[in-house]
Amino acid sequence: MNSVNVNYAIILAAVLFATGLVGVMVRRNLVFILMSLEIMLSAAAVALVAVASKWHQPDGQVVVIFILVTAAAEVAVGLSLVLRIYHEWKSVDVDEVSTMEG
Amino acid sequence: MNVLFYVSGAIAVIAGLMVITQANAMRALINLIVLLLAIASVFYTLGAPFVAVLQIVIYAGAIMVLFIFTIMMLNLSEAAERRERGWLASVMWSLPLVLAAILLAQFTYTLASTGAPSTAEIGPQAVGASLFRDYAIGVELASLLLLAALVGAFHYGWVASRLERGDE
Repeated sequence: MNSVNVNYAIILAAVLFATGLVGVMVRRNLVFILMSLEIMLSAAAVALVAVASKWHQPDGQVVVIFILVTAAAEVAVGLSLVLRIYHEWKSVDVDEVSTMEG
Repeated sequence: MNVLFYVSGAIAVIAGLMVITQANAMRALINLIVLLLAIASVFYTLGAPFVAVLQIVIYAGAIMVLFIFTIMMLNLSEAAERRERGWLASVMWSLPLVLAAILLAQFTYTLASTGAPSTAEIGPQAVGASLFRDYAIGVELASLLLLAALVGAFHYGWVASRLERGDE
């Protein structure tokens, strides 16, 4: 029997999402911004699993699997872009590459 | 179950705060791995063992390796690190170790306590049936997305290595 209150799981997801959001806005290093994005994706996954257990349907977990796929694709492209930016600017500071143009 | 959930949630929040306040990328990454393991534990307590295992294998296993390789290739300069350290308070190195030890204790406790399987659990069978019956088109789209990401990441890496060699 599942005794975990779903409300607390949603609150946990909200706190984690806020943490990731603050990280994205505060940090200027691209690698840290990608890590904060991972935190936000995980927070969304927590919320989905919580509601899946509340209604006892597998759909929430299926969407979490899709979130995993999206995160893998995002990280692969994002990190290769980070490497590319580092080759061009010798820096991964988003303020320094804000003048990026064609 | 309840206590496991609260402890794992607290670990996840603490590790999340450590990720966004660390100056050193590698330390932040270790905290991020602890965060993902704690979230896998939260998944288990919420009755999703399949997603918990996927979280560990794919996130903590595969995606984090990508991060580690990128950070090693970037080899961030000391100056940038010192600047980030100036903006944010430096924190202890041993904390992720303690958090991971608590998670390990939870894990062994869960393995040791052979209670009846929770009825609220949604097992891999139900998830798989839903995934490949109701969401079959989603699986196809996910494979397409992964292929596009593979081609895109390969292209960026290829162009970067070509620029480095100097033949435009």
